Amino acid sequence: MKLRQGQFSFLPDLSDDDIRVQAQYAIDNGWAVSVEYTDDPHPRNTYWEMWGHPMFDNPDAAAVVFEVNECRKEHGGTYIRVIAFDASPGWESIRMSFIVNRPATEPGFRLIRQEAEGRSVRYTIESYAVREPEGMRY
Amino acid sequence: MNEMPTKLDAQKRYAAGVLKYAQMGYWEPDYVPKDTDVIALFRITPQDGVDAIEAAAAVAGESSTATWTVVWTDRLTACEKYRAKAYRVDPVPNSAGEYFAYIAYDLDLFEGGSIANLTASIIGNVFGFKPLKALRLEDMRLPVAYVKTFQGPATGIVVERERLNVYGRPLLGATVKPKLGLSGRNYGRVVYEALKGGLDFTKDDENINSQPFMHWRDRFLYCMEAVNRASAATGEVKGTYLNVTAGTMEEMYARAEFAKSLGSVIVMIDLVIGYTAIQSMAKWARDNDMILHLHRAGHSTYTRQRSHGVSFRVIAKWMRLAGVDHLHAGTVVGKLEGDPATTKGYYDIFREERNPMALENGIFFDQDWASLNKMMPVASGGIHAGQMHQLLTYLGEDVVLQFGGGTIGHPQGIEAGATANRVALEAMVFARNAGRDIWNEGEDILRDAARTCTPLKQALDVWKDVSFNYASTDAPDFAPTPEVSM
Repeated sequence: MKLRQGQFSFLPDLSDDDIRVQAQYAIDNGWAVSVEYTDDPHPRNTYWEMWGHPMFDNPDAAAVVFEVNECRKEHGGTYIRVIAFDASPGWESIRMSFIVNRPATEPGFRLIRQEAEGRSVRYTIESYAVREPEGMRY
Repeated sequence: MNEMPTKLDAQKRYAAGVLKYAQMGYWEPDYVPKDTDVIALFRITPQDGVDAIEAAAAVAGESSTATWTVVWTDRLTACEKYRAKAYRVDPVPNSAGEYFAYIAYDLDLFEGGSIANLTASIIGNVFGFKPLKALRLEDMRLPVAYVKTFQGPATGIVVERERLNVYGRPLLGATVKPKLGLSGRNYGRVVYEALKGGLDFTKDDENINSQPFMHWRDRFLYCMEAVNRASAATGEVKGTYLNVTAGTMEEMYARAEFAKSLGSVIVMIDLVIGYTAIQSMAKWARDNDMILHLHRAGHSTYTRQRSHGVSFRVIAKWMRLAGVDHLHAGTVVGKLEGDPATTKGYYDIFREERNPMALENGIFFDQDWASLNKMMPVASGGIHAGQMHQLLTYLGEDVVLQFGGGTIGHPQGIEAGATANRVALEAMVFARNAGRDIWNEGEDILRDAARTCTPLKQALDVWKDVSFNYASTDAPDFAPTPEVSM
């Protein structure tokens, strides 16, 4: 199973140069680029771990690629994404988000059904990986 | 042509009898609209022999305080204030017999937070008025003071993206087809395949409510099974627009509550339920953290003809006030009505914080939205993966691209159709961000992406020659010189 979050997860994995080009697009739009990682890829896990602060005053996407690779050295077995924050009035949220690193195997998600009244079903999605403690999942 | 008949003194003005509307005070060529006035721009086509200014004054009168004869009870009121004032009449460029009439309304004529009240005045009586052959409400300027009395979109584009965890690309959807006749079980199959293949949303069509072949509870239950299965298969948040349109508000609330209890992120209503029902559902959506999709069912009965009715840009403004999150707004390149310049005007009304006057896009006034949330436009109807570069260029990033036939009609099946669309979209966004000229290189970009994606290659082969090139019936009338058209 391939995790499809992010804006380029249906394309072949991005090269370092692809990452640089996309990060530069964000920087040129005035957005602050950030690197985050996680071993809990649930679609509603909003807060991945921050690999440092958003790079607010960085003009060069090469620095983003450098940080991605530093993050890979420590967390290469997990998911890593690049996101871009736009502080403009009326937006003040994320403009871009794309995955740049994946675990070697992606076991996917288990769908748990709890039968409730009136044929209703309460659904829970759980990554198979999170059955192990944090840090031991991939 | 904007000089004018004389104002009468009070004794003559209120003598019993019938006066021209212009003489009753509904024509004031010197009037400077206040920042707090509501302004309406009508396209009027007077009957033969009817003076354009008198016709404009009549529209002002009939959409505010006037009746057909003089009434002494006017003098018990501050009637000068309550009269709408036609203050400018211009011939429509290149359209003999048609005039643009600007009419200003004092804010106190309207109840805050009520589209029903606003429209009861502005379009309530006047469209059947005999001295006019035709009448069209082209645009409105809504003062900030009035905008602030409305909730606005329940969720808005930014929070919708945060909830869905989707950034940096248009959202993808598809309407389940055939729109009538599928059982709940079969219907959910289409939802599952399309979402698993890469779409963010699937959609009920406007006339899917609760019919003998599929009752609403069945549809909701099977659809949510499909949504959750697809979410587990992809690790993404998925949604399906559950249409809660029904015969009564009570029934709509019941269906919406059930959708909420099942964990749906979005519900849907049709424009035909009426403005008050829409506002009620928008309030419900805000109270329940639900995205609210509005299908503009029925709008073409009054938006399409250039000389009579209400322009869709006005409907779009009313719906942003009323508080829906999604609204269909045209595709430019698909099978339904949509001139590029006019469609850009609609999209700007949906998505911008402030709309400067843009006559070339049919926008006649500066409009400030006072931080009301933005609406997500939905592009639907006869579009396919091979048009992705055109869609991204015309419509931008904050839009739901809905490929119904363009997903379900794929030769290798629904999942393949969805994947073709998603790959085409991501490849095009990637190329745009990388600085490529997608308008001119779009076909190359798609062909390159298809090398590693067979479903996209098949989609491009099947639909390569499909386009809908017909003349628009509704394009802006403007002359590029400000003297004539401003």
